Amino acid sequence: MTATTLKRFAFWLQAAGALIFLALPKLGLGAYWLDVLNMVGMYAILALSLNIILGHAGMFHMGHAAFFAVGAYTTAILNTRLKWPVFAAMPFAGIAAGLFAIAVAAPIIHLRGDYLLMVTIGIVEIVRIALVNDIFGLTGGSNGIIGIARPVLFGFRITRPQHFFYLIWGFAALSMLLFYWLEHSRYGRALKYIKEDTVAAEGMGINTDRYKLSALVVGAVWAGFVGAVYASQMRTISPGSFNFWESVIMFMIVILGGSGNQKGVLLGAFLVVGLPELFRDLQSARMLVFGAALVMMMIFRPQGLIPPKPRNYTLPESLAGKYP
Amino acid sequence: MEVFIQQLTNGLAVGGIYALIALGYTMVYGIMKLINFAHGELFALGAYLGFTVLVSFGLSGNVGTGAAILITGALVMGFSALAGYLLEFAAYRPLGESDRLSAVVSALGASIFFQNAIMLVWGARYRAYPADLLPNVTLGFAGQDIPLIRAAVLAASVVIMLLLYFFINRTRMGMAIRASAIDQGAAKLMGIDVRRVIVIVFLVGPALGGLAGVMVGVYYGQINFNMGQLYGLKAFTAAIIGGIGNIPGAMIGGILLGLVEAFGAAYLSLAWRDAITFCVLIVILVVRPTGILRERVAEKL
Repeated sequence: MTATTLKRFAFWLQAAGALIFLALPKLGLGAYWLDVLNMVGMYAILALSLNIILGHAGMFHMGHAAFFAVGAYTTAILNTRLKWPVFAAMPFAGIAAGLFAIAVAAPIIHLRGDYLLMVTIGIVEIVRIALVNDIFGLTGGSNGIIGIARPVLFGFRITRPQHFFYLIWGFAALSMLLFYWLEHSRYGRALKYIKEDTVAAEGMGINTDRYKLSALVVGAVWAGFVGAVYASQMRTISPGSFNFWESVIMFMIVILGGSGNQKGVLLGAFLVVGLPELFRDLQSARMLVFGAALVMMMIFRPQGLIPPKPRNYTLPESLAGKYP
Repeated sequence: MEVFIQQLTNGLAVGGIYALIALGYTMVYGIMKLINFAHGELFALGAYLGFTVLVSFGLSGNVGTGAAILITGALVMGFSALAGYLLEFAAYRPLGESDRLSAVVSALGASIFFQNAIMLVWGARYRAYPADLLPNVTLGFAGQDIPLIRAAVLAASVVIMLLLYFFINRTRMGMAIRASAIDQGAAKLMGIDVRRVIVIVFLVGPALGGLAGVMVGVYYGQINFNMGQLYGLKAFTAAIIGGIGNIPGAMIGGILLGLVEAFGAAYLSLAWRDAITFCVLIVILVVRPTGILRERVAEKL
């Protein structure tokens, strides 16, 4: 079997897998497991957006739950106070998260890796404390906001788990496609360069601070969108859902799966969010296992389970043979 | 004035505790240029070990107060040092000279592991320290009644810091630690066993952190399995304020942060107390990332 047939075979295998996956609700999967898959999908999208920041730009960002929270609360406030439909509020959720990212990250974007990590943890805590303290009298304190409406798409009201399944995984597929294009653009290459060698990137004329900030904003906007979906699926949000551990879970998905690779991130989401559901009795020990797994991974396979492949470029016909 | 004096003494006592934890961050950073994320969890572990020693072994009540405190302190320091050694052995040493992200993620994993291990062993609810450990008397200071416990915590942290200062500046091992912090390569050429220095640092730092955990338990009367994260972040802030890698800086930074927090809670808002600390961290890193006494190593942040 030649390499091309093998590649084609792998492609069709993946396509068939995706089709079977999409047919799962029709194949009689229970509501409980659909909810689990919805959760996996939501975290997968969050991790895909974090992947731009952590996997491509190489910034140790552990405050993603803060942007997720801003998106969810923006949606909830617009929906319950102004009666906006969820899908109308969604763009504003993204914009709010993006603006928040610019405001908090612009002064700290130049910090070296581990310092950035500490500061972003601090930002998550500040956001959570602000939400608990009912900031601006809008967030409802530690009880949160209740009674968020279900999303309505072209007159169809999305209520049941299987409806959300298609909404979330459709959104995940769209995110993968868009982020794939982003990765393979001039912009994505610049981010990779910054990750590999910031000084050299700056020497090549890349404005590293601006690229890093824009990567953070792209990730934040996307997390804000997911926040909107989350708010309308849960119908009730409270500060407890946006704590430090949510950020840790997103971080782990990207690192364990393979930072910089979408397939790795998807696998990570299934492992970190989905797998513990299979072992419900061991629920309390799951973080213990993940902590140990992180240490082991860093010792034996620091690049993650499915690391990104090195890029190949084919030479143009005219140059073939001239350069080895 | 009453609020001022009470918050001043409270801030000094809490600041002393922060300083003890911050010393662990700063010593490890000085040698390895690495933020030991799991340090906060070692502190929490110390608090729980102290709880077990005091309550389960029935120390309080059976022996005198002074003896109980000394035994608890010594045992907790010993066990915390052991935990620190295990951490270095399992999570940092195998990494060798790999890149920074690996070390950070490994430290994070160790931190998650420790926190959940504490939760599984001691349970997720609050645990109460014995309240009758120190006699419930007050001391007069500037016309105010100050609880004895507050003075005791401050005195203990000052004594420990003086001992550490002596160890770092007056002994051969301390000189080796200082030399390794300035230039590891040159220290090796001078015949210093840097591996051993790293082990010593991972013994001393967690021992101080564990002791700080016991002090928190005694001071506030209760401990929680996830307190390591909050105190760790605060102590890291203290280390940054003083200039990370700088040992006197960590002491000053800890005391300063304790005071800022106490006065912030009293005069601004109690509910926003922790947020004030994190804002201080961000402001310091933006305005003066090298800290008050400057980071010991000249490296761009």
